[in-house]
Amino acid sequence: MLNIENLHVSVGDKPILKGINLQVKPGEIHAIMGPNGSGKSTLSHVLSGKSGYTVTQGQVTYEGKDLTEMAPEIRAREGVFLAFQYPVEIPGVSNIYLLKAALNSIRKHQGLSEVDAMDFLTLIKEKVRLLEMDEKFLYRAVNEGFSGGEKKRNEILQMAVLEPKLCILDETDSGLDIDALKVVAEGVNSIRSPERSFVMITHYQRLLDYIKPDFVHVLAHGQIVKSGGPELALELEEKGYSWVENKQAA
Amino acid sequence: MTTQTASRYTAEYSKIETTLPGGSLPWLRALRSDALKQFSGCGFPSLREEEWRYTNVSGIEKNLFEPRLEPSDNQIDKDWLENYRLADCWQIVLVDGYYSAEFSVLAGLPENVTIKSLKESLEAGDGQIEPYLGKAVGIDEHSFVAFNTAWFTDGAYIRIPAKTVLDKPVQLLHVVTDPNRLAATRNLVIAESMAQAQVIETYVGVDQAYLSAAVTEVFVEPNADLTMIKLQCESEKAYHFGGTYVKQARDARFNHHNFAFGSLLARSDIHSDLSHGSECHLNGLYLGVKRQHLDNHTRINHLEPYGISRELYKGVLDGRARGVFQGRVVVAEDAQKTDSEMNNRNLLLSNDAEADTKPQLEIYADDVKCAHGVTVGQLDEKSVFYLQSRCVDEETARNMLTFAFANEMVTKITQKSLHDLVLAEVLKRFPQQGIMQDWL
Ligand SMILES: Nc1ncnc2c1ncn2[C@@H]1O[C@H](COP(=O)(O)OP(=O)(O)OP(=O)(O)O)[C@@H](O)[C@H]1O
Ligand SMILES: [Mg+2]
Repeated sequence: MLNIENLHVSVGDKPILKGINLQVKPGEIHAIMGPNGSGKSTLSHVLSGKSGYTVTQGQVTYEGKDLTEMAPEIRAREGVFLAFQYPVEIPGVSNIYLLKAALNSIRKHQGLSEVDAMDFLTLIKEKVRLLEMDEKFLYRAVNEGFSGGEKKRNEILQMAVLEPKLCILDETDSGLDIDALKVVAEGVNSIRSPERSFVMITHYQRLLDYIKPDFVHVLAHGQIVKSGGPELALELEEKGYSWVENKQAA
Repeated sequence: MTTQTASRYTAEYSKIETTLPGGSLPWLRALRSDALKQFSGCGFPSLREEEWRYTNVSGIEKNLFEPRLEPSDNQIDKDWLENYRLADCWQIVLVDGYYSAEFSVLAGLPENVTIKSLKESLEAGDGQIEPYLGKAVGIDEHSFVAFNTAWFTDGAYIRIPAKTVLDKPVQLLHVVTDPNRLAATRNLVIAESMAQAQVIETYVGVDQAYLSAAVTEVFVEPNADLTMIKLQCESEKAYHFGGTYVKQARDARFNHHNFAFGSLLARSDIHSDLSHGSECHLNGLYLGVKRQHLDNHTRINHLEPYGISRELYKGVLDGRARGVFQGRVVVAEDAQKTDSEMNNRNLLLSNDAEADTKPQLEIYADDVKCAHGVTVGQLDEKSVFYLQSRCVDEETARNMLTFAFANEMVTKITQKSLHDLVLAEVLKRFPQQGIMQDWL
């Protein structure tokens, strides 16, 4: 589904990603861990098409197509979804409107007709319940005045409604208390399927207790320095990142 | 001094003088003659004046705009005008500077409420006008006020008696139907003690160059509550100079919403003097495209203690448009416990658009709470990307964000017919009108 080969990315003259290799197959869950500033969010931004990054080497293909050639909205319509580390507040644009506009652009992209208004309401209300959110959130401006935890839930709500194929979660668990974490994990688990893949960026092994990854990767200084199974996350929690970073240097 | 006067308009004055209303009233004759002297001395404002430094009005000297000597019998495109008539309102319509009984809708107005032609009221010898006319603003305020005082042909006279709650808003519809026409109108709005009302000023005209010069004097008497909305949708070839000057008595509340959408060059002045415990809210939205120049001046004078003022003006400027905001808040020495906030936010959509913003706080009291802020910027790229990542194409994302920015001011209007009209005028100025509409 996603194939990243020797990806080098710079911001201005500053190299940030220095040769990332990652393969994500349908249905797989990959966790990416790593110290602050190692390039995790940069990777997620490059995958979703944020401007300001230059790919200096390597390639990224998604379902066989060159991802870097596509505009951000086309990637999104093709099924790439990024749950932001810092979701953006959009005053004046209601949550429900954005959800509907997004869903309809995906349907249009797929050659389908617009979603029926009643079906849409039924669908989002079900997802709102799943994420234990108040329906009032639907009518509020996107993320405006939401608490940190509410913003993260809102990202997962969007994901649950849009049903993307490749879900990239950038620190969705950061700042969540244990109850909210369980709710978010449930939201993620509810849309797991053999076709849908996840890349979860996290600092905390705790998330992985609720969403079991197939692979864990450690990103440090712009490179994946170690990959393994779920047990790697536990080991990292115990020994810290310096353990793998040092091993790299050695 | 040369013998030449500062303005070509002065030379024309004798042609109209005898046709102006109130010629038989000594107090008004004196006021007009002082105003004419004041105007002849200095002419229209120049860029050298601090309050006019961003706005060049020389265009109105180049074109000599002419007032009508009597009401117009022009055919008006009624379908076009219908767009600007608000359902569920009392309507007083001024055509080319004169009250039009034909277009006004005043049947059934409660007997104690006055909505009339100022000209007719002056000619009928209404003694209630003298204590108010020229009392909310002096002819020395700036030369457009002097000009208006000398030249006005008619206007609306609105008076809501004490303790009366007006069941419907009053719409003052100001229409210009001729090219090169000068429409100088003087309006008087008085909300007596404990009265409550809404007055909507709408300025429209044919697609021609003309000059609207309006002064509206407003008196909000003790504990009265008045909301005024100004919707300036003049032709994009026209000049608009409009001032609203307000006197708020003790505990009086005044809300103003100023929508500046039309004109080639428009200047708007909103001034309010607050008394003990008065509350004043000024909201504004200016949308400039092409080569429009939209100048907005506001002044809030806190003269006595415990006044509250809140101000938010937003500007969206595209093409080569220029927006000006000069907001002044003065807190007098006696105005302790004043609570005041002023904000101006500008969105520039093109490299050639310009916003000049100058908030000014002058505080002479020591126990007050005053804040102000301004921003001038482009759309937030993070927001554009966020919307794109949610499947919205870039152009639509930019339109959505711009519209949302402007719409904050539109949603403050609760009356349905007016809200819909303002919204329609905003949408007209968006390239993706259909998509925006669908989104509401
Ligand atoms: N626009 C930018 N300009 C300059 N440097 C940048 C820019 N964006 C990111 N960087 C730098 O790139 C590096 C990687 O940043 P990134 O946000 O990807 O880290 P991260 O792994 O997500 O960190 P965290 O765990 O704190 O979220 C950092 O050194 C950061 O300062
Ligand atoms: Mg990050």
